[in-house]
Amino acid sequence: MSLKRITLTVNDLVETVDVPQNMTLLQMIREKLSLTGTKNGCSAGECGACTVLMNGEPVNSCMVLAAECDGVKVVTIEGLAKTGTLSELQKAIISSGGVQCGFCTPGMLISATALLKRNPGPSDTEIREAIVGNLCRCTGYVRIVDAIRQAAK
Amino acid sequence: MINPHPGLPELQYVKPASLVEASKFLAEHENTAKPFSGGTDSFVRLRDGVLKLDYLVDVKGLDGTNELSFDPQKGLTIGAAVTMNRVAAHPDVIKHYPNLAEAATSVASYQLRNRATIIGNICNASPAGDTIGTCMVMDGVLRVHGLDGIYSVPLNAFFLAPGRTVLKPGDVVVSITLPVPQEGFIGTYKKLGRNMIGDLSIVGVTVMGYPCNESPSGYRFRIALASVAPVPFEALKAEAALAEKNITEDLIAEAAKVAMESVTPIDDVRGSARYRKFMVRNLTREALTEVWKKLNK
Ligand SMILES: Cc1cc2nc3c(=O)[nH]c(=O)nc-3n(C[C@H](O)[C@H](O)[C@H](O)COP(=O)(O)OP(=O)(O)OC[C@H]3O[C@@H](n4cnc5c(N)ncnc54)[C@H](O)[C@@H]3O)c2cc1C
Ligand code: FES
Ligand code: FES
Repeated sequence: MSLKRITLTVNDLVETVDVPQNMTLLQMIREKLSLTGTKNGCSAGECGACTVLMNGEPVNSCMVLAAECDGVKVVTIEGLAKTGTLSELQKAIISSGGVQCGFCTPGMLISATALLKRNPGPSDTEIREAIVGNLCRCTGYVRIVDAIRQAAK
Repeated sequence: MINPHPGLPELQYVKPASLVEASKFLAEHENTAKPFSGGTDSFVRLRDGVLKLDYLVDVKGLDGTNELSFDPQKGLTIGAAVTMNRVAAHPDVIKHYPNLAEAATSVASYQLRNRATIIGNICNASPAGDTIGTCMVMDGVLRVHGLDGIYSVPLNAFFLAPGRTVLKPGDVVVSITLPVPQEGFIGTYKKLGRNMIGDLSIVGVTVMGYPCNESPSGYRFRIALASVAPVPFEALKAEAALAEKNITEDLIAEAAKVAMESVTPIDDVRGSARYRKFMVRNLTREALTEVWKKLNK
């Protein structure tokens, strides 16, 4: 199968990648760019572990073809603390105890980052709605919601 | 062992430069190519092996597919590449078609709605499509580009069977237009899922009502039902029952029963046929009562 060459920006770095045409953005991020912070929980758009920002908006990267991404801007969990300093949300999820196994955390933080960008003062209902597509098997969500509320202040 | 993370099967990604090129390619590869927009239905079916294709034809970016605009004469036009989130956040949608925003935000999750499109929801032709009912009761008309150029199809003549529509090889839906709604209308969508979030509907009830001098009751109601027949459809008999007499609680209950009698649901993993029938009655009554109360405020 022929490869397709795409050029995109990932966490502010311009990357040119040759991708198989059936490769998802998630596979490209993990396997071609070795950014393994983004997780694969279901490959089916259900769990949200693969959530990244694409042109500023959160998407399930397992539901996007890499071949579609020529010219787009992607931010992964690695892009939230580029200088080594954690974002307010990242600090809050640690201090509130919103991380247990951590598998959902990267996607959760990307969804929450996008939420606070479009709505800096969300209600608890709005927080819960924004993370509807991010499943967590460990925490029961309460401390994750606490963390997002805390970071919004 | 079952691979929990199967990728997509081998296929070619095709990005045509024009609608003419897209239609030509799709017609030439009738059984091996399909159009896609968000891919949220197509990718899952390809991955599961239910759908087998050699080519996926990306329609995003083709002429007219990015349009989202309101015209006070023509109504609302939604291009094939316009995502559910874009629709739900558009000021003209919130102002003139709040029921469409409600239906769109009932779909899946925020991040999925950044990819999922209304046209994809329609063309997928699932009886469960959450935005179809609203587009139907608002008299949506699809604009399609085929081998012979552009033509129009009303949404209520679009579905043939689950997953099957009147589209012919080479056809690409460009957009849907919802005419300017009737003055003073109220609409709502009641979705019964297994949870509050992102699950396909077990039953979906769309209701729209508006004052109407021509009907003896003084009102006209439109009712569309999802997940309870091979295709989404309008409950015409129930609508007729509501036009004939003065609207009362009893008449609403009667119409809800007529709606229940019009459905032919199946048993599946999400719910039994019997349960679905009763829920059609209950949700139709609930939706009609809500709309009726708001119309009388
Ligand atoms: C996790 C998950 C949850 C979901 N939850 C819901 C839900 O709650 N409610 C709901 O209704 N749906 C749900 N869906 C289904 C899906 O997201 C929606 O149906 C969505 O609107 C499809 O839009 P799309 O652009 O992604 O479709 P695509 O996958 O791009 O296309 C869907 C179908 O339409 C055809 N098609 C697409 N564009 C065109 C065009 N321009 N012309 C002709 N044919 C075309 C394709 O060939 C394909 O058959 C869910 C899906 C997933 C993965
Ligand atoms: S891996 Fe993408 S949603 Fe689960
Ligand atoms: S912390 Fe384990 S899934 Fe959320």
